This record gives sequence, structure tokens and C-alpha cells, in this order.
Amino acid sequence: MTAESLIELNGIERTFILGDSKVHALRNINLSILPGEYIAVMGPSGSGKSTLLNLIGLLDGPDEGTYRLEGRDVTTLDPDELAAVRSRRIGFIFQSFHLVPRLSAACNIELPLTLAGIPASERTTRVSQALKEYGLEDRAHHRPNELSGGQRQRVAIARATILRPAVLLADEPTGNLDRTTGEEVVRLLEALNAQGMTLIVVTHDQALGARARRQIRMEDGGVVSDITSTESPVQAT
Amino acid sequence: MRILDTFRFAGQAATGTPLRTGLLILAMSIGVAAVVILTALGDGARRYVVGEFSAIGSNLVIVLPGRSETRGFNPANLVTSTPRDLTVDDAAALLRLSGVERISPILIATTEINAAGKLREAMLLGTNADYVRVRQMKMGLGRFLSKDEVGHGSAEVVLGALIRQEIFGAENPLGKTVRIGDRRLRVVGVLSEGGRGMGMSSDELVIVPVATAQAMLNTNTLFRILVEARSRDQLGEVKTRVLKMITQRHEGEEDVTVITQDAVLETFDKILNVLTLGVAGIAAISLAVAGILVMNVMLVSVTQRTGEIGLLKAIGATSGAIRRLFMVEAILLSLTGGMVGVGLGYFGASILRQLYPTFPAYPPLWAVAAGFGTALLSGVIFGVMPARRAAQLDPIQALSKR
Repeated sequence: MTAESLIELNGIERTFILGDSKVHALRNINLSILPGEYIAVMGPSGSGKSTLLNLIGLLDGPDEGTYRLEGRDVTTLDPDELAAVRSRRIGFIFQSFHLVPRLSAACNIELPLTLAGIPASERTTRVSQALKEYGLEDRAHHRPNELSGGQRQRVAIARATILRPAVLLADEPTGNLDRTTGEEVVRLLEALNAQGMTLIVVTHDQALGARARRQIRMEDGGVVSDITSTESPVQAT
Repeated sequence: MRILDTFRFAGQAATGTPLRTGLLILAMSIGVAAVVILTALGDGARRYVVGEFSAIGSNLVIVLPGRSETRGFNPANLVTSTPRDLTVDDAAALLRLSGVERISPILIATTEINAAGKLREAMLLGTNADYVRVRQMKMGLGRFLSKDEVGHGSAEVVLGALIRQEIFGAENPLGKTVRIGDRRLRVVGVLSEGGRGMGMSSDELVIVPVATAQAMLNTNTLFRILVEARSRDQLGEVKTRVLKMITQRHEGEEDVTVITQDAVLETFDKILNVLTLGVAGIAAISLAVAGILVMNVMLVSVTQRTGEIGLLKAIGATSGAIRRLFMVEAILLSLTGGMVGVGLGYFGASILRQLYPTFPAYPPLWAVAAGFGTALLSGVIFGVMPARRAAQLDPIQALSKR
């Protein structure tokens, strides 16, 4: 099982120092995540779920413990190597979309390709393909402020997935959207998961969390429950 | 990230805030334009003075009475207090030296010219027939003074263009009689307009034979002796010979100053170059201020774009890539400012030349290069700190900010 794991966390500890008090954001986290899983991480504010997400996304490192991504120990990598891994293997989706306001939808989607140094001709074809897939063709040259919330999140999802990452990390992806558009975005993410992309969603929303096959509940920096729905075909293996 | 993409992204970032970018470019360009215009002024002054001296004539050695006299023209020189005066005989003796082509004795005084019922003040110049060639002047009408034996002042006068116009108007003055001081003189020629040199215009001169002038002023001293060497190479030898001859004639006392035009030019050249450098330095201060402004704008930009920087890091930008993005943006800003500034500077200099056509206010190339270079350099230097700050941002904190 270890060999097949996409993400393998062992004894992860993370403490922050706020003023003169120590905050234990993560305590002794042991997680094994398989490729193609659909996971919801839930818990109250300050339970460490965002810290966990940042850690999995390589934006933050553990104080103790090991993290293996696709069998490779990523805790020892230098910052530039981490950036390369983030670029190719991890996609981020944020509650507030984080689109670059002065760039058009197409340019926002193109950004990871540009940063990865992919030639312009290839970028154009991949971006136009992504625009088609996400139904944004007629919005390609609009700036984020000319787009609706749902469209903005679709641009953000297109940007996160343009380099075909192994893991998609979504932090409250529907937090800034109304119910209908939120539903749309979730279906989009689930479709990507159905194509084999591992999806990890951090959310407060019980209804959204309930849709995931595996639900991880956190409190005070520790995992308190890790339930996998039995009817899930993925978990059966 | 590819270099071209880096430039494109940085360019978009700069144009994303048009007002701020525009103001910054304006500040930078004013600094560069100040350097360009002020050095154009300084260098123009240098060229103007050098031009004035060149107009005296080439290959010239100038003999002044007195040691190391540097006052230039001064009426006090006429009632000179030097031990021995320069005389017409001294001038005649210099003509016999080898390597000397021509000589021109010079006597200058203010006087009044009176003709056709009109009275005007004028500058009286007493000299000989060779003066016109020594000074490379052009005749507008008639001829210059005739070659007469030294000591026999003929009653001839050559008028400056302005004097002729104010006294005779459109009338032909040749052959007419004018009264200068207590003498009646016949007009034999008129100088062409626009002759200059030694800081005075030839348009207001009345030129008479040196003997006539001496008689009119009741003096036998000279103001200057101009000696023209046969060639430029002989200038040095001629200078030594002239000094030796005068010293000999003045009973072994070296009581004259002999200067060559080159020496005078060199001095002025040096002084005015230093002046130009000085004003360029002052203008460069405004460039440094503009550089600090670049830093300020970039720091504000880093703060405003914190979220964007966090995002770029999350989607795989290395710290190096982010540092380059901000450096390139600072460089682009100062580069554009520099280019606009050079353009403004040339434009300003051309307006100066339009306003003062005699003043050659061309910006020297070194100053343009230095101004532009300083702009670019300050962009680079003052871009480092903001770029480093951007690269060091913690992505998690950056992303949580909006």
C-alpha cells in the first residue's frame, strides 16, 4: 500500500509561535492518500486543516515527520525544487480565486505554463483547449472583474489543472459563491476527480463535505476521525 | 520562466497602474532631460566662446603691453602705465622676423562720428591694411584701408555695417566725407555685416589708419599687435621670436605678454568644460531622487501585489523568478523614463537653439549617455531592495492577504 500511495504523511508536527505562546497547528498527523481519492477535510476554525493543506501543497514544511509525494521524500528539497514540484504536480484552488486582476482570463490560465517556461506556441493551444473544456471561450479576453463568481472560479480551476497535476487542493472552493454556482463548481471538481485527479477539499460546509468518499475531521491540530464511505469503489481496492 | 515572458509580464504589471507608472516615468525623464539640457547649455557656452576666439583668425600671436595682463580690453590700457609702450616701430620690427606673414597694430578708443547731420558714438579702431586679412574679415562695399607707409596717416575710413546704415541709410557712402573727432575722413569701404570677435561686433567699428588714429588721440602707444605666423606649426617659434625681439627693443626688459590663440582657447575650453560637468552633476542629483522614487513605487507595488506574489509562488514560481520580475519592472520603468528624458532633452535643446540662434546648444553625446546610464543604473540599484522583498514573501501569508 505504501508504494502505491500518492501522499504519505508520517508523524507530522507543525508549531507556530504567536507572540510568546506556541500554537500546535498539527500534531502527529499520519495520513496515506491514494491516487484518485476524493477527500474532504473538515473541522472548526483553527483546527489546522488549512495548515495541513498548505503542507500537502508544499507551501509549508513540517517541523518534524516525513512527507512522501509519489514515493519521493519532499521534506528535504530546497525551495527551487519545491517550486518545480508545485508547478507540475499540485494545483491550488482558493476561496477568493486569486486571479491576477490586470490579466485576461486566458492570460491567467496561461500563467503556470509561462512560469514553467513552456514555449508560446504550445501555450496557446493548451490555453484554447482549456477555455473550451471549461466553457470560457467567449470570456477569454475578459478581465476577472468582468467575470461572474462562477466564471472566476472556473478560470481558477482551469489555471490549476492546465499542467495536469496529480493533486488538486481546494480551500473552501465554494465559500465565495452562491448555492447554484457553488454546486456547478463542485460538479466540475468531481468530474476532474472522476478523470483520476486526486481531490482534497477543505471546507466548513457539511453538505459539501458529505459528498466526498473519504472524510477527515480535524480538531486542535489532530485527526479525530477518518471515515471512508463503504460504497466507494475506489476504497474497495 | 523565459526572458521574453518575464519582460512581457513586467511590462503588463507596469501598465496595469498607468497613473503611477506615468508619474514615475515623468519624474525620471525630467531628471534625464535636466542633464541633457543643462549640459547642452554648458557645452553651448563653450562652443560659443571657442567660436568667438576662432573668429579672431587662425595662426595668431597676440602681443599685449605689460606682463601677464589678462584684463582684455580696458580704456585704462590707452593711458598705459607700463614701463615701455608698444609702438608702431615695434610692430614694424616684428614684420621683419622670419616666419611672420603679416602684422597688424591695433589701437582702440571710443569716438564720435558725425556726418550728414547725424552724430553717433562709435568704436575707433586704428590699424593697417593687413588687418582685414589677419582677422579674415569681409568687405561689404568698396575696399579696405590702402597700404601706406607707416607713420603717414591718410584720411581714409572704413565703416562697420551698422554705422553705415544708421548714418547713410540706403545711400552709397563711398567717397562721402565723415567727421570723426576733429578730422574729416573719406569713406573708402564698408565691412560686411555680422563680423565678430574679441567680444565685440565689427558692425559698430570705424576703422582708420593707425597713424591717423594716433594723431587723433595724441598718443604713440598701441593697444595690441596681432602677428600672423606663416603656418600653424611655426606658431611656437614665432611666439618665442616675437618675445625676444620686443624684449631686445625694450632694453632687455620683458614688459609685454605674448599669447597665442591656442592658449586662450585651451583655458576657456577647460573652464567651460568644468562648468558643464558642474551643471551635469547638479542635474544628476535629480536623477538620484528619481531613483529613490523608483524604489518607493516598487515597494508600494510589492505591498499591493502581495496576493499575486503568493499566487505566483503557489503555482510554481521560484523566488528567483519573482525577483527577476520585479527587477525587470524597475528597469523597464527607468529605461522608459530615460528614453523619454533624452527625447525631452533634445527637444528642449532645440527650442533653446530656436530662441538663440547664435548659441550652439547641442547636448554633448557623453552627457546624454551619462544621463541615460545613470537613470538605468538607479533603476537597477533601487530595484534590488523591493525585488528582494517580493521574493522573500512567505506564500501562505501572502495568499491570506487580499
